[in-house]
Amino acid sequence: MSSTKTLRELTQQDYKYGFVTDIESDTVPKGLSEEIVRVISSKKGEPAFMLEWRLKAYRHWLTMTEPTWANVRYPKIDYNDIIYYSAPKSAAEGPKSLEDVDPELRKTYEKLGIPLEEQKVLAGVAVDAVFDSVSVATTFRSKLHELGILFCSFSEAVREHPDLIQKYLGSVVPYTDNFFATLNSAVFSDGSFVFVPKGVRCPMELSTYFRINAADTGQFERTLIIADEGASVSYLEGCTAPKRDRNQLHAAVVELVTFDRATIKYSTVQNWYPGDKQGKGGIYNFVTKRGKCAGKGSKISWTQVETGSAITWKYPSCILQGDDSVGEFYSVALANNYQQADTGTKMIHIGKNTRSTIVSKGISAGHGQNTYRGLVKIMKGATNARNYSQCDSLLMSDTCGAHTFPYVEVKNSTARLEHEASTSKIGEDQIFYCRQRGLSAEDAVSMIVNGFCKEVFRELPMEFAVEAQKLLGVSLEGSVG
Amino acid sequence: MLEIRNLKARAGGKQILNGIDLVVKAGEVHAIMGPNGSGKSTLAHVLAGRETVEVTGGEVLFEGKNLLEWDPEMRAREGIFLAFQYPVEIPGVSNMYLLKAALNAVRKHRGLQELDAMEFLSMVKERMKLVEMDQGLLNRAVNEGFSGGEKKRNEIFQMAVLEPRLAILDETDSGLDIDALRVVAGGVNALRGPGRAMMVITHYQRLLNYIVPDRVHVLSQGRIVTSGGRELALRLEEKGYAGIEGDARGTAAPAAAS
Repeated sequence: MSSTKTLRELTQQDYKYGFVTDIESDTVPKGLSEEIVRVISSKKGEPAFMLEWRLKAYRHWLTMTEPTWANVRYPKIDYNDIIYYSAPKSAAEGPKSLEDVDPELRKTYEKLGIPLEEQKVLAGVAVDAVFDSVSVATTFRSKLHELGILFCSFSEAVREHPDLIQKYLGSVVPYTDNFFATLNSAVFSDGSFVFVPKGVRCPMELSTYFRINAADTGQFERTLIIADEGASVSYLEGCTAPKRDRNQLHAAVVELVTFDRATIKYSTVQNWYPGDKQGKGGIYNFVTKRGKCAGKGSKISWTQVETGSAITWKYPSCILQGDDSVGEFYSVALANNYQQADTGTKMIHIGKNTRSTIVSKGISAGHGQNTYRGLVKIMKGATNARNYSQCDSLLMSDTCGAHTFPYVEVKNSTARLEHEASTSKIGEDQIFYCRQRGLSAEDAVSMIVNGFCKEVFRELPMEFAVEAQKLLGVSLEGSVG
Repeated sequence: MLEIRNLKARAGGKQILNGIDLVVKAGEVHAIMGPNGSGKSTLAHVLAGRETVEVTGGEVLFEGKNLLEWDPEMRAREGIFLAFQYPVEIPGVSNMYLLKAALNAVRKHRGLQELDAMEFLSMVKERMKLVEMDQGLLNRAVNEGFSGGEKKRNEIFQMAVLEPRLAILDETDSGLDIDALRVVAGGVNALRGPGRAMMVITHYQRLLNYIVPDRVHVLSQGRIVTSGGRELALRLEEKGYAGIEGDARGTAAPAAAS
């Protein structure tokens, strides 16, 4: 049927952001050993406690095996065939301002449309850009500093605020947590650190763009965000990666902590290289993201739009420890061509009157396989806990798949849980209806898919929502946006 | 405006249209009547370019141009509007958003400036009055949770905004109570004009009391078996399709020979 053909054509657009920047990298040899861990730590000039922590993680990692429970298939990863550290050479001295940033780097950002320029600063977004594991530019920090907000690269935080790092690093995701998080703990290269002090509402969206560049370099980001009592912050993370033939491993860890009445909103738009139409060469994305609502009435909200990666293994979670705390998870995950996504969340209710909301939208196209995996756990003391879960799947071809694995554990009889799920196929009749009104098939598909994702997109900050729609457009329709 | 010559089409593995001939001039309203399965809706969908219907013969000229070569959006932009018998629901897409995208696609094609949000809103508000549509429906998702009557009103409202040259109304009366029917018909009548042609597909004569056609055609087994003025519809109501077809066979023998 020709409408099927149209859909197929539309969903097979090439990845727009596949290019490689020519920058000399300062890399360590392939492979992982205690020696490599020491080299990484010393290259970064870290204090002893940091090296000790990395080594403990490394030794623990040696005792662990790679998990196999996820609904994804990929060739065995040779962890000794990976380069664990790489920094752009031009960054060795550390740029003092935007002007000091390598012009090649800046050109790359511009190609990606990453707004590191002055106009972006004027627009009120401070950017902590991560290029190949090392932060090379941080803007607007002095202004944030006036408010007492710390926003810097993780390595800088290790040097400048070791007390905070020592206190909170691993407090939500311990170094023993899981295979990938433990690996990250041993070799993490860089990332972002945010601390918002008591009562301060961060006046702008904090944003980090990730980018993987040097060939065969695993990227191990580490992010830590702390919102003290009554503080609030909205953090954006977005990324695209250049085209590569080899699979690239990415194992990031993000830890969030909120104290009494504090709020963290963490939004992600992820568009890493998904592999070619045969599924070759995409990024493996094994991420551990977890937030702890430590304080009363605090709130952590995850919003993610996942359009990239060959493999996505990611479960942004909330530990609702404080009474009356709130956890939210809004997700759009797209699996096109041979992409595989196994993603979802965990909501662990510990405190009284804790509430959580899960809205997951999975889109499968081509031969993509999309899995929602979620756990709602109500502990004994979590009186009057509430959860609402909604999992919707949209199928765009006859060869793709959608899977849902909702787990529920309830140990308190006052809990109230709701779960709704739906699976639908994008309708020829819907597309025809839009085309009969004058829209191109491409615009029709984009409109229908964006409509499907609306409940998630409206949780994103305005500007990011536009970007997310565009990314979805690029991933599905090519010319849209 | 529209010239259909010996049009044949298949759908769902069955031959549905077996040679339709029809000429519709600007300013005219033609009623297409016929029993279930006679090919009325298939004809509407062929004209709108639905890909699930396969044209197996004949031709269709729209203002002298080969309509069958165009994809559905091109036909829409050239001024063909289909009011659906079963308007489709599109969750998460607001009625307003779809309509604005549609209008601007049509305007762009016609070399007109796209309307900005304010201009669009004021136009929309005015056109809503035509079908006494509730403004709340604008911000709801397209047809989602609309009642049968609301869906049909919404179709005519879209037509009023898009200002087509040829409007095809596919059983717009089905599922409407008498009050809604009057309102919808009133909207349609307000949109009649010298530059616009309409094909009103209906099962029942009832609608034609409100939308008075210039010509009435009776479809049976994929052919027009008889045509006439408004009085044909009245005769139909009296004698039923079987009676009319019997009459037609008696008087229209030469057509069968061709």
